Amino acid sequence: MNVMAAHAMHKEILFTGFGGQGIVLAGMIVGRAASLGDHRESTLTQSYGPEARGGACSAQVIIADRPIHYPYVRHPDILVCLSQGGYEKYIPMLKKDGMLLLDHDLVRPQGEWKGTTFTIPATRFAEELGRRMMANIVMVGFFTAVSQTVSVQAARDTVQALVPKGTEKMNLAAFDKGHEYGLAVLKGRRKKESGEKDVA
Amino acid sequence: MKPAVLTGEHFMTGDVACAEGALAAGCRFFAGYPITPATEIAEHMSHRLPDVGGTYIQMEDEIAAMAAVLGASCAGVKSMTATSGPGFSLMMENIGLGVCTETPCVVVNVQRAGPSTGLPTLGAQGDMMQARWGSHGHYEIIALAPASPQDIFYQTITAFNLSEKYRVPVLIMSDEVVGHLSERVVIPEPTAIRTFSRRRPKGRKDRFKPFCPGPDGVAPMADAGDGYRVHVTGLTHDERGYPVMTADCHAEMIARITGKIRRNLADIIRTESYRLDDADVAIVSYGVSSRSSMAAVDEARQEGIKVGLLRLITVWPFAEEAVAHLSRTVRALFTVEINLGQVHLEVERCAKGRVPCHLVGHAGGTVIAPERIVQAIKDHL
Repeated sequence: MNVMAAHAMHKEILFTGFGGQGIVLAGMIVGRAASLGDHRESTLTQSYGPEARGGACSAQVIIADRPIHYPYVRHPDILVCLSQGGYEKYIPMLKKDGMLLLDHDLVRPQGEWKGTTFTIPATRFAEELGRRMMANIVMVGFFTAVSQTVSVQAARDTVQALVPKGTEKMNLAAFDKGHEYGLAVLKGRRKKESGEKDVA
Repeated sequence: MKPAVLTGEHFMTGDVACAEGALAAGCRFFAGYPITPATEIAEHMSHRLPDVGGTYIQMEDEIAAMAAVLGASCAGVKSMTATSGPGFSLMMENIGLGVCTETPCVVVNVQRAGPSTGLPTLGAQGDMMQARWGSHGHYEIIALAPASPQDIFYQTITAFNLSEKYRVPVLIMSDEVVGHLSERVVIPEPTAIRTFSRRRPKGRKDRFKPFCPGPDGVAPMADAGDGYRVHVTGLTHDERGYPVMTADCHAEMIARITGKIRRNLADIIRTESYRLDDADVAIVSYGVSSRSSMAAVDEARQEGIKVGLLRLITVWPFAEEAVAHLSRTVRALFTVEINLGQVHLEVERCAKGRVPCHLVGHAGGTVIAPERIVQAIKDHL
């Protein structure tokens, strides 16, 4: 395997929540941004049955530098949860060195998984910005900042292209809110890590 | 009028890509009845067709939808419908009418798990033998199996071209996963898309014989209403299209509708190889299962087992020569499909006992995981 291949990206991402929270749209934004904006390979598969309308809903996105043969997530690198049910159902699949993203007002993590976790009050932020249903877009902004699997430009452009006409401005504000919060969280962690090293 | 060919890069589902492929191929008539997981094809056509000068009709059921498609095609318009298992069953009689009357059209079956209502929202590949033999009588049909949105875009164009060239209904055997999966689809400039339209007759309109084949075995087809004398019936007919109730005429007609396909297998059958050159073991697969198989090939090779894939793009007529050839070069064949052994029977037939043939399949409702394929190969070697 050459150096390029060794560093070739292959990320499996699982978005989960209730039907109606915009889980599929969140997956669509990330998948499409990676494909059309960042020119990587990406696939999106999604809940389609009655679960997409109220029950436990999921969207599976794979982003890679090489063709994606099997389009389903087997070992998620990133799990994004907007509901307790989604968290409980999919946390056993998450890789040990994976990344967990939560709306911490909606999901209470419990159990054995102790990997990298990032939390955001996405739904509360969306409410403050005027529409609770933009929690998914806040989360996409947060995801873009902390996961670094899609570029900000691509994600932002895709939000603008996919949200309902007339709501672009408020959705971009929601995206930016999540993104800025994510950058602040990352900065805080880096500071803490370097502080700990200094002490050591 | 809006452009029929949406040149550019898109992120779209297989169902939408199928509809766009149809428009790019020149399809201007869609009749259908909504059914999961094919509804999005009808929905997209209902948005797009009026904008490009086409016609969309939602019929009362799939029997009527298939009849309308044949009627529109007889009037000279490239026509299609899309459905899933239960609707495909209802369409069978009129698909046979299309075969007998040699009426070009495209039928998409976005397969879900059956029999009957089965699992409406979950995929399968259980209609493959129905595609081959579902209508009564002995006939030949063309069926293609797409594996991705980009693939179904091009295969839909191919389906129209083959159907126009050979005057036969062409079936696109998609499935729920390919139908609902979103990926990048690159649509080229209209000038880069090769389309084929049925040969039209020349000469005296009153002397025209609508089922008198040319040197290629296919008769030129007049548009109904153009003034050429046409007579169309599902009864056994002679070259004038008139019913003749004899075994001789029937033998002649069946020889024509089977011969035009059997004599052109090299033009019709398409396959694709993946890492087959040095393979000890070969997988034969199609549609979404070929994607699981490609992942399995890579994973098995990481473990030192030399596996390759023969992907059937055309499933019917069957790639007899390619599979027979494979059975002479590898130690074992594995058919991977989401049913309990349909195309697998054809693989066994063509291998003629030269190598062991194994099936990796299940009853439907989910895709086949690559690790299951790798495990099956390990178990049998």
